[in-house]
Order: sequence, then structure tokens, then C-alpha cells
Amino acid sequence: MEQFKVVELTTDILIIGGGAAGCYAGVRAKEQDPEVDVLIVDKAHIERSGCLAAGINAINAYLNPGVGPKDFLDYIKQDSEGLVRDDLIYTLAQGLNRAADKLEQWGLPFLKDEEGNFIPRGRRSVQIKGENIKPIMAQAVRNSGVDVLNRVNITNYLVEDDQVKGAYGFSVRDNKFYLLKAKAVICATGGAAGIYRSNNPGQARHKMWYPPFNTGAGYAMGLRAGAEMTTFEMRFIALRVKDVISPTGTIAQGFNAPQINALGEEYQDSYEKNTTPLRLYATIEENKAGRGPCYLDLTHLDDEQNQRIKENFLNMSPGIVLKWADREIEPQDEPVEICGTEPYIVGGHAQSGYWIDTKRQTTLKGLYAAGDVAGGAPKKYVTGAMAEGEIAVLDVLEYIEGVDFESFDSVKVEEEFNRVYSPLQRKEGFGPQELEERLQKIMDEYAGGLSTNYQLHEEKLLQARSFLKVLDQDLASGKAESLHQLMNLHEVIDRVIVARALVEHLLYRKETRWKSYQQRLDYPDQDDQNWFKFVNSVYDQEEDQIKIIEREHIKLGDLDGS
Amino acid sequence: MAVKINHKLCNGCGQREKSLCVRVCPGNLLYKNEDNKAEIREKRDCWDCAACVKECLQQAIELYLPAEIGGRGSTLQAEQKKDKIIWQLKKVDGFCEEFEIKTEE
Repeated sequence: MEQFKVVELTTDILIIGGGAAGCYAGVRAKEQDPEVDVLIVDKAHIERSGCLAAGINAINAYLNPGVGPKDFLDYIKQDSEGLVRDDLIYTLAQGLNRAADKLEQWGLPFLKDEEGNFIPRGRRSVQIKGENIKPIMAQAVRNSGVDVLNRVNITNYLVEDDQVKGAYGFSVRDNKFYLLKAKAVICATGGAAGIYRSNNPGQARHKMWYPPFNTGAGYAMGLRAGAEMTTFEMRFIALRVKDVISPTGTIAQGFNAPQINALGEEYQDSYEKNTTPLRLYATIEENKAGRGPCYLDLTHLDDEQNQRIKENFLNMSPGIVLKWADREIEPQDEPVEICGTEPYIVGGHAQSGYWIDTKRQTTLKGLYAAGDVAGGAPKKYVTGAMAEGEIAVLDVLEYIEGVDFESFDSVKVEEEFNRVYSPLQRKEGFGPQELEERLQKIMDEYAGGLSTNYQLHEEKLLQARSFLKVLDQDLASGKAESLHQLMNLHEVIDRVIVARALVEHLLYRKETRWKSYQQRLDYPDQDDQNWFKFVNSVYDQEEDQIKIIEREHIKLGDLDGS
Repeated sequence: MAVKINHKLCNGCGQREKSLCVRVCPGNLLYKNEDNKAEIREKRDCWDCAACVKECLQQAIELYLPAEIGGRGSTLQAEQKKDKIIWQLKKVDGFCEEFEIKTEE
């Protein structure tokens, strides 16, 4: 392995992941202190990395006139069965509009009325033309003076004396191993797709909602370093357009399409609530009862709206436009069939992620988390992720004042170097593809995937636990034939530890808190008396075990005087 | 999943070490082959984000739906201008539809 060169870089603030949270954190750091050194490292290229690669057509977390941070919190609580981190949502809500204004300054086109106000799409949402949002963010990063390292896959934190002091990674395109030393680290890697088997087969297997390249590295590194994680059991399952998995909000909210079953009934009214998880749950129940398929009805559209809906989708999810063309129809010609996706682990929509304080510091000193990888605050979306990046970096700037580089001495470079590259040396062993498919099959069948209508129960989860343990052992004989395959293999390694933690969380919560996302056949009711609390976990490396910790619900308290 | 690269149009972005599409692909799926043409390593790993389609100056890359989910030959191409993007939707019957969308203020 002598062909691999070790490159050592030093910076004040290391940001892992150049998505919405990471880019904004970097820019805000340089605005506050132009002298501070900031390095963003990305597995892909920040021009088009992460969730925003294809664009978006609305800012879904924005406080329109008359809506305050407390109203935003109340909505999220109501949508999430009450159990969320009130303090985290309240603090990020205060930064939402500042983040949106910054996007506008950077050149993102917002739709405006005659008086220059943003045009709402809903109470907490405004319309944009966001195809170019990611290149716009990348340009802002370049203008700010933040350094960027593209195509480097971070594999683990550099931890010494219980303090995070940087990270290790490898280039996916050349023979370089990186040792990145920093006074503080912000993890903004995004959530995890590819834990479960996806909706589509063959060539379409990556036609999914969440980016297939967000593979849970941030969670995995945190678990391996002993950081505390929260609420993995609240998985996120999106209600999407069937096959092309295009977003439904654009149709339902943007074009007032009623959600109907095969009988033409607006079925949501027959269910107890109209929340995000319940809209998915209701759709599954309608199908189970023989009243499917379910649709969003667009047959009221006129020709001008036909054109506009196609443009909206070209700005974020062009697949549905191809679907209409391949079916040789216009959007108004037939209702659009909807379905649930495979479950994802993602803190920006549900709330799986690092257990953090209001400054976004994790339970490890020197490590902060923002965006999809940070737990406790669902539905934060782009502007919420940005707001968290800002909160984190403002505290980091204070924290690094007291940190000295001199304390680095005994870094375990060789150990990580060997762990990273050894799969390239194996002649025999399993490739990333087959290991990934085994993981997805286990999770789909035993841990509430699509094929079981997302339902969970103890016996099957115990099976999942036992099969994952064997899979985990087989990862040690994983082999890779190229740097690209090596990246794929590490993505599977990361997803397996995330899946193991997830199964422990799913086993532990003995109630049904969020239907479909976390729905137990053996404990079908919500049980506030025993379970209005957080299920957290820590990985014990020595015992190779995920340990569960219970944490009480945190009220707003001093933050709003309640 | 779903991009086609027309090697007659692809010029590998000339002497650049990496083509523009290779530079941006979020899945690290594109590379330049020995003939200096962009190539996708695993079609089934593509997310369909269309970053490469938009980036290509030669309009050599097309987005399409795989047959598994109903693809029947329609394609999308894009051309980026300073503050807008122009999409060309080529339909099954050969008919073309064009969309011009603002991308930057």
C-alpha cells in the first residue's frame, strides 16, 4: 500500500459535508472572523453534492408574516406526536428567515408579489426557482474564502483524550490518505439512504427520494467514536409519486390537488389526523383495504398550469416530466399515483441523529452537528439545516479560542490507514454490491421495510439483529477493486452500524409513536405515560454493542420564559 | 439510473483533466475513458439528479427513464445560460417541447 501518500492538513474549523448546513456554516464563520481557517471536505463536489443536487422549488421552513418561532415549534410538535426537542426547534426557527434572506442575496430567485414580498406556498413555505441552489451556495463558499477539499470520503474522527481533533479520510480519485487536524469539527454529512431496499428494481434502483450517496457516514463515525444518538426509531418515509419518486408537495400544495383513493374519495378525512406520517399511513391503509391505488388529482389543471407544473418539476425532479412524456399524456390527463418510499434515517425530516445541546455541540467535546445528521428537530429542511450550521459555527468560534494544536501527539494514523485500504488487498471476499443487497434485504423483511408495509414487531426485529451481526462479521472480508468500489464498501460498512443502532432503537420503544415511521404490531397504541421520552444510544466499541439510554423530554424553559 | 452519453458529441471538454460532468457527478459515477470521452461506470447507481446533463457544453448527455419504470424513449437535455436554463424535452413521437426557466437573479 506504499502507493498511498499520507497528506496532513491543519485548519481551525473542519466542516465535514458541503451541503446546506456545511456551506452556510463555512460562510458565516468567515463573515464573523475573516482570519479563521475553515475547511469544508466533501465526498463529492460541493457544486452538486448532497440533497440539493437536482434543485428545489420551495423553501419549506420559512416564517411568513404572522408566524413566529413558537408557532413553528407548535406546528412541528403537532405533526410529530408532541415528542421533539422543543429547544432545538425553537432556536433554529429564529434563524430560518435570515438563512432565506441570505439565499436571496446570493442570487437565488424567489417569487415575489407586487410589493416585493415572498409568495407563500403554505403557512411556513415560500416559492422559489431553485434549480441552481447548489451552485449558488458553492459560489458563496468560494467567495467567502473557505477552503474546499472535494472527493475526499471521511471515514472516522481523530479523537484524543475524549476530544475530537479532526478526521481521517481518503480521496476517491487519487492515492491520497488525509489526516485533517482541526480545533473543532462540525459534522454536516446528511442522513442515510440505502439502509432499506428501495422502491424500484434494476436500472431504476437509485430512483429514490433521498440521495443514494448520503450513506450515513456522519452517524457511523459518531457511533464509532462513542457519541450519543437519538430517536433513530423515528424513520422518515416520504409519500411520493409512484415509480419516479417525485415530490408530492409540489402537486398537493402547489396545485391544490386533492388526495383521493380509487373510488374518488378524499380519504384523509376518515383518519384521525392530517399529519405528515398520517397521510402516508392513510395511503397504505387504503391500499390494504382494497381502495387503492391512491392519487393526487390534477385533472383540474388548465393548459397554463400544465406548463407551470412541468417547469416546477424540472427545477427539482425531472423524472415525472419524462414519465408524462413516456405515457404520451399531459399532467391534466390523469391523476398521479402516489406511494410510500423505503424508510430513511434523516434528522432534517424525521429526527434521527446526534444528541446535541442548543449550541449544536454533540456529547463529544469539539464535535458539533448540523442539518440532517443532527437529531431532535424534524422538518428543518434547507433553511433549518442552514440555521443549525450557523448556530454551531458561532459557538465553535468561541470554543476554538481555548484550543491549542500543540496537544496532538499520538494519532492512530496507521490503524485507520490499514482499516481504510485493506479491502483493496484482498483477493477473495465479498464485494460492496452483494453486502449492500444483503443489508437491504434484511432490513426490508425484518425491520419494517416496504414489503411489510413498514410494520414492526419484536420477533422479526430480533431476527434482524442476529442477521446484522453476521453481516457485520462478513464486512471484515469485504473487498474492493478500485477506489470507487472502496468508497462503496465503506458506505456499506457505515450503513451496517447505522442499521444495527436503528434496530436497537426500534426494539426498545414499546409503543407506536409515529404510525408508519415507527409502528409496532405488538404495541399498537401510543403510550404517553411510559414513552413520552427519548430513546438514545451509544455504541460500546469494546463490547461491540449498542447500548440504549433513556432521556427525558426537554421543555423550552428559559428560552421562551415557559 | 438514467443518463446516455452521446460519444459523437462528447469532446471530453478538450484538454481539461476532468470533464465538467466528471467534476460534478455527486455519485462519482462518471470518468473519462481512453478516447477522452465521458463514460458512466454503473448506470444503475445514477440518482437522476441531471447535474451532468446541465453541465455539458456539448449537450451530449441525455436523461431518460429506465424501461423498468415505464421509460419508452423520451429524453431531456439542458443548456445553461448565464441566468437561465433551457430544457429540451424530446417525446416518444419525436415531438419536442422547450422550457426556459430562470436560475439566478
